[in-house]
Amino acid sequence: MSPCVWSLIDARSEARAAMSTTGAQIFWWVVLPYVALGVFVVGHIWRWRYDQFGWTSRSTQLQERRLLKWGAPIFHYGTFAAIGGHVIGVLIPERWTRAIGIPEAGYRWFSAIAGTIAAVLIIGGVVVLALRRLFVPRVRATTSPIDYVALILLLIIILTGIAPTVGVNLFGHGYDYRTTVAPWFRGLFSGSPQIAGIAHAPFIYQLHATAAWVIWGVWPFSRLVHAWSYPLWYLWRPYVVFRSRVAQRPTEPGTGGRKWRKIGVPY
Amino acid sequence: MRVMANVAMVMNLDKCIGCHTCTVTCKQVWTNRPGTEYVYFNNVETKPGIGYPKRYEDQEQWHGGWTLDRKGRLQLKAGGRLRKLLSIFYNPDLPSIDDYGDPWTYDYQTVLDAPLGTPNPAAHSISALTGKDMNIGWGSNFEDDLAGAPETGLRDPNLAGLEERVKMEFEQVFMFYLPRICEHCLNPSCVASCPSGAMYKRAEDGIVLVDQDKCRGWRFCVSGCPYKKVYFNHRTGKAEKCTFCFPRIEAGQPTVCSETCVGRLRYLGLFLYDADKVLAAAATPDVQDLYEAQLDVFLDPNDPEVAAAAERDGIPYNWLEAARRSPVYELAVRHRVALPLHPEYRTLPMVWYIPPLSPVADVVSATGYDADDPDAVFATIEALRIPIEYLANLFTAGDSEVIRTVLRKLAAMRAIQRATQLGLPLDARLAGSVGATTDDLDDLYRLLAIAKYDQRYVIPPAHAEEAGRLMGQHEQLFCSLDTDGGPGMGGMGPTGPHGIGSWSPEGRRTLPVVGQDRH
Repeated sequence: MSPCVWSLIDARSEARAAMSTTGAQIFWWVVLPYVALGVFVVGHIWRWRYDQFGWTSRSTQLQERRLLKWGAPIFHYGTFAAIGGHVIGVLIPERWTRAIGIPEAGYRWFSAIAGTIAAVLIIGGVVVLALRRLFVPRVRATTSPIDYVALILLLIIILTGIAPTVGVNLFGHGYDYRTTVAPWFRGLFSGSPQIAGIAHAPFIYQLHATAAWVIWGVWPFSRLVHAWSYPLWYLWRPYVVFRSRVAQRPTEPGTGGRKWRKIGVPY
Repeated sequence: MRVMANVAMVMNLDKCIGCHTCTVTCKQVWTNRPGTEYVYFNNVETKPGIGYPKRYEDQEQWHGGWTLDRKGRLQLKAGGRLRKLLSIFYNPDLPSIDDYGDPWTYDYQTVLDAPLGTPNPAAHSISALTGKDMNIGWGSNFEDDLAGAPETGLRDPNLAGLEERVKMEFEQVFMFYLPRICEHCLNPSCVASCPSGAMYKRAEDGIVLVDQDKCRGWRFCVSGCPYKKVYFNHRTGKAEKCTFCFPRIEAGQPTVCSETCVGRLRYLGLFLYDADKVLAAAATPDVQDLYEAQLDVFLDPNDPEVAAAAERDGIPYNWLEAARRSPVYELAVRHRVALPLHPEYRTLPMVWYIPPLSPVADVVSATGYDADDPDAVFATIEALRIPIEYLANLFTAGDSEVIRTVLRKLAAMRAIQRATQLGLPLDARLAGSVGATTDDLDDLYRLLAIAKYDQRYVIPPAHAEEAGRLMGQHEQLFCSLDTDGGPGMGGMGPTGPHGIGSWSPEGRRTLPVVGQDRH
């Protein structure tokens, strides 16, 4: 807890020095992210310990394959591109790219064009997948409420992410989020978030950031956990796995996970 | 030599009457849950037929099992590891639910609630996937007894090359039943296909299982298995498969399908095999040599060298004893009448089949056995209604000579029994002509015809010392009354490694091996 508190105090004093920061801003841009992060970390630990049985990609390829064939790969590979873009644009400070001789304009056009390609892939993929989930009865029947929550959050994040990429950076005047939003985000992890940067950013960036924090909080309780299970280890492990019948710790009483307990109720 | 044990099954297809009792009891025990409505760990197919799921045997379509690359190295037919990871978002080789059959139930409530006097209240078929009304189009058993065979039967992949000869007209048709479970292969391609490493082969008994906590639902095991005996539970999003009824096997009991088989056609027992030879055998260049290569992997439990190696490798003494009495070893290795299903998949399957002889035996009975011409028995095999080539496509990768040898031995066994029982003259050369002695054929007859329960199922129980360790941990965590000074002390023997009185048998590894000089 202490880094969180310290950063709060830090942030407050720093922000006061720059310009007046309201309590609402602190709540929105400091407290909320830390709460989301806490839920994200603790939630994953809880889920891993108590619900490995529910930890799955929950594929519906068995029920429907023609739409999935196009929607799923396009969406996932587009998402990888977007994640890569966020690493470059948000996690890497602008002074580093400037130091190796990349001008702001050059970066902006790279980001706008590559980002637009990723945006087209993602929006194309997610539209196919969402329509499939809503209108193919076999797929819809497998959808739980948390899936809808995650899907709506994803849609908000995607749309609010695409709008500035295409509307502001590609066709508009451009907005250098790397000197405003990015330092605030990095600051959250170093314990000194610069609230002013995000608090005075255009509304669309604020919405994008907020929805992103909410999905971090939802993540451990949804099927999104399958992202951490991308089985890279498969590239190295031996093909045929042998296991001995060794004594295992019995599960603690009352923590057996979902197992087949929920069988017989609707999805 | 690295000795390992594998439980295995042999099914005598001559005895299968297609009653589906194995299927029903298996279903009741293992897959009567939502999400597994379409799943049959055990199913009985009528052959010829396209099977369950549709045309699963055609690996050019489904890319299951193994193949050899250009350098002769073993490789998954669906492609390598990187290709799997890249196609993880859409598995191009996965059958859809319609290939198995959209599972359904009926709206029984409408019938039950129908007011008195309602003429013929009808129960609609309801999809188990959506809960909505549906039209039934296909199911696991839609080809039972050649139903619809004129339309679908000729698409059976095993009929490749026989299309000209096989007719689906009523007078010329042939059929037999093929009960199928998971093969619990020595070289399982489902295990190799699982990106999560959730599938494994148990080191003690070779049973292939899915760790339900580790499975992430990537579905490559389903497409990787050429027999399509791993299924996707559409409720839990995890793979499930035939467990070889491991809780029963551990207790020394036969699987449910074996126990309830009315024809008593299933045999259960152990194979000892050399784990170091498995990969080389699976990579045998010519698919028709795979049968012999797999036989070569099996070890003779009566060989003193094997017994010594088994003891060294931790095979318990009672397991070695069981391997010596194993009916599946007798049928597959000593008598060579059992054959693997589709050895060309290179998975080295461990559920073997004795090919059906019944139609030809009927012909032999009708014409009578001619002692002056034992070849008459064999001549009718050539005229068998089931084409030898069809059986060869199923069991020997197309080598019909092996099928011919097996059927001849079975026919000779019957001819000798018939001659003995009816006091007919018998040509003493008959047994020798099929590469056996009269005693061999008598043993075979006893095993196939009159073997009792404990001769058909020779299953050594899992180790009590393991159970003791498990129990010890339970007690340590929840009921630690037996620790030093605890209220439950006394009567539990010496204190075990966990600080509690866990039971362990004396000298598990030091039991003498019978019939072997231990110096």
